[in-house]
Amino acid sequence: MTVSDTRPPEEQVPAPPGGTPRSAASRAGWQGAVRGWLRSTSTGSSTFSVLVTAVLLVVLFGAGSIRYENFGYPQVALNLLVDNAYLIVLAVGMTFVILTGGIDLSSGAVVALGTVMAARLLQAGWPAPVVIAVVLATGALLGWLMGLAIHGLQLQPFIVTLAGMFLARGICFAISGPSIPIQDDWFTAVAINVVELPGGTFLSYGAVLALVVVAVAAYVLHRTRFGRTVYAIGGSESSAALMGLAVGRTKVGVYVISGFCSALGGLLFSVYILSGWSLHGIGLELDAIAAVVIGGTVLVGGRGLVLGSLLGVLVLGTIKALIDFDGGLNSWWTKITVGVLLLVFVVLQRVTGRRSGTAS
Amino acid sequence: MTDRPASDPAARRPADGLVARARRSPVLWAVAALAVLLLFNLVANPGFFALRFQDGHLFGNLVNVVKNVAPVLLIAVGMTLVIATRGIDLSVGAVLAISGSVAFTIVEGADDPSSGGTAALAIGVALAAGLVLGAWNGFLVSVVGIQPIIATLVLMTAGRGIAMLITDGNIVTAENPVFDWLGGGYLAGVPVQIVITGLVLLLVAVLTRRTALGVLIEAVGVNPAAARLAGVRARSITFTVYVFIALVAAVAGLMVTANVSAADANRAGLFIELDAILAVVIGGTSLAGGRYSLTGTVIGALILQTLTTTVLTMGLPDEYIRLFKAVVIIMVFLLQAPRVRAALGRRRRRDPAPPAAAPDGGPGPVAASAPPDEAPAASPATVPGTVPGRSPQQEVLR
Repeated sequence: MTVSDTRPPEEQVPAPPGGTPRSAASRAGWQGAVRGWLRSTSTGSSTFSVLVTAVLLVVLFGAGSIRYENFGYPQVALNLLVDNAYLIVLAVGMTFVILTGGIDLSSGAVVALGTVMAARLLQAGWPAPVVIAVVLATGALLGWLMGLAIHGLQLQPFIVTLAGMFLARGICFAISGPSIPIQDDWFTAVAINVVELPGGTFLSYGAVLALVVVAVAAYVLHRTRFGRTVYAIGGSESSAALMGLAVGRTKVGVYVISGFCSALGGLLFSVYILSGWSLHGIGLELDAIAAVVIGGTVLVGGRGLVLGSLLGVLVLGTIKALIDFDGGLNSWWTKITVGVLLLVFVVLQRVTGRRSGTAS
Repeated sequence: MTDRPASDPAARRPADGLVARARRSPVLWAVAALAVLLLFNLVANPGFFALRFQDGHLFGNLVNVVKNVAPVLLIAVGMTLVIATRGIDLSVGAVLAISGSVAFTIVEGADDPSSGGTAALAIGVALAAGLVLGAWNGFLVSVVGIQPIIATLVLMTAGRGIAMLITDGNIVTAENPVFDWLGGGYLAGVPVQIVITGLVLLLVAVLTRRTALGVLIEAVGVNPAAARLAGVRARSITFTVYVFIALVAAVAGLMVTANVSAADANRAGLFIELDAILAVVIGGTSLAGGRYSLTGTVIGALILQTLTTTVLTMGLPDEYIRLFKAVVIIMVFLLQAPRVRAALGRRRRRDPAPPAAAPDGGPGPVAASAPPDEAPAASPATVPGTVPGRSPQQEVLR
């Protein structure tokens, strides 16, 4: 993977959706087509995984439109973005970390810390821009400290970010146990106002910001030296180091990005829900990891696209929306469905991983 | 717990040896952390150590610590073995919830909820559910070959949903004498939960340290492919540890639900997987696999629980538990970090003695098959006076 990912960026741009493999009739033909197509694209199997996720999203949404009367409206689709904006930002940060082969368990707790800090500081009368800057800086600082511990002390990402999770939640509780409402004019204005789109539809500012974050992340990953180093580290850290890439700086960098994204997700969440509470976002990190995996990013790192993570979040959102629309199904079916989807995608990863492994 | 003497020979040696050993043994750091915690309690809260023997039962803060630690410790013992094979199991909280839900749904729905037969059936089915879930995890990890963290994440995500499905989203309450006894009963003056946990611990210690099983588990953790080529049935060992941890999680589920006489699919055992993993890691077992210390796990679990009890007995709101835990955990991790330990040890480095081969064919081959970068770190652990063959357990971090 390292080799393929350090090719010129022209080749790394994901193939347009027009390159969908034909659903050939015979099994062997299908497999051959996939294999040949995998060889022809440099980000082969990641693009394939993203396409699978995209197809799944369309199928899920299509099924919902047929099954439920009011599901097919464009606004329902846009609401997926509106309701999951914070999760999209979180998944983007998680994608960076997972691409290097790490994991960030602290993101849900940092979201909670973001909401609590924002609510508490606004309550104390701080101006909104300063609050936003302080929250984002705190998230980045936490990420930086965890990155230093992971790279500098050679501790496991899993355990460092677990400690970070406890620390962030602990700070939340130390700031305020009970939930604090947010009444700041600026925050409520952002929460209430929307971006009007043609056809009477709209997007919240949060959703627009989330899409901007995805675009910036895609640019950074595919068009900058930093991004290519991220892929290289995921492919093989020692090879990346031997090639003279800035492994240490990049590894610390992805945790800074993840911490920053988590804090930004926390701000979006506090705008979405207009309160700060230390128990916000429990298990959010798992949703983010699930979205990243469903989006086709491989957990050992080195392969995956940030666009896939966006689609992964939308798949999770569609499942939630489907279960809400049904009314007869209980919310715990969400968990079971997400679990089953996760399983399917992990097995799929395993199978395509083997295939591309033999192909290269 | 055959690795217990890890601390004893050190105590008998001169001060230099003690300091040198303490710098290297992560278990001793954990012991020191526990000692500091207890010392703090001794100063801040003298009543902490009071033990009473009342109505034939043992009471006191220390008993509470040991009793409350039972479910976490039980799971942590299983987690130790899983981590030793270079795996991890995130689904134990969900398995715990499913086990409790299954048991209490059966008891609640039975014709005679308070009979012993009902309890036996409920316990049997709950344990069987644990076995099935463990077999599922084991299958995903050892046969399909999915990374443990993600294979068990599947059940962690779906498991609570399944538990909700079983309880129909309600908190199931039931009364049964057997479960009451399991939750708050005493056996020879000692809480039943402590007795069960102790027996499981003893069983695991004897099975893995008095037979070759422990070495085989470590061999799988060091290098599964090499272990398989050396004739170790890596796949079935991996499968078995996942079945075992799900089984102990099911037992812990019975304990937790019996404790409050209610099965809460949403909250039972929430974050217990994190506590169990922390207990294992604080005890000095490396997440990289290949080495483990049951003693360390016991001490790690005790540290976590003592911390909780300390915060509560000091009258602080329980919200601070997480902050305290985070601070202690970060300190223990920093002390255990290979680079920090190397920096501490740099000032008084001895000539590394060649690693003594284990005469009983113990962990010697494991140490030999370890990656070369580990050799300098592992060799000084075999200082003269140590029991040969026990060093790898003391030097679990790379």
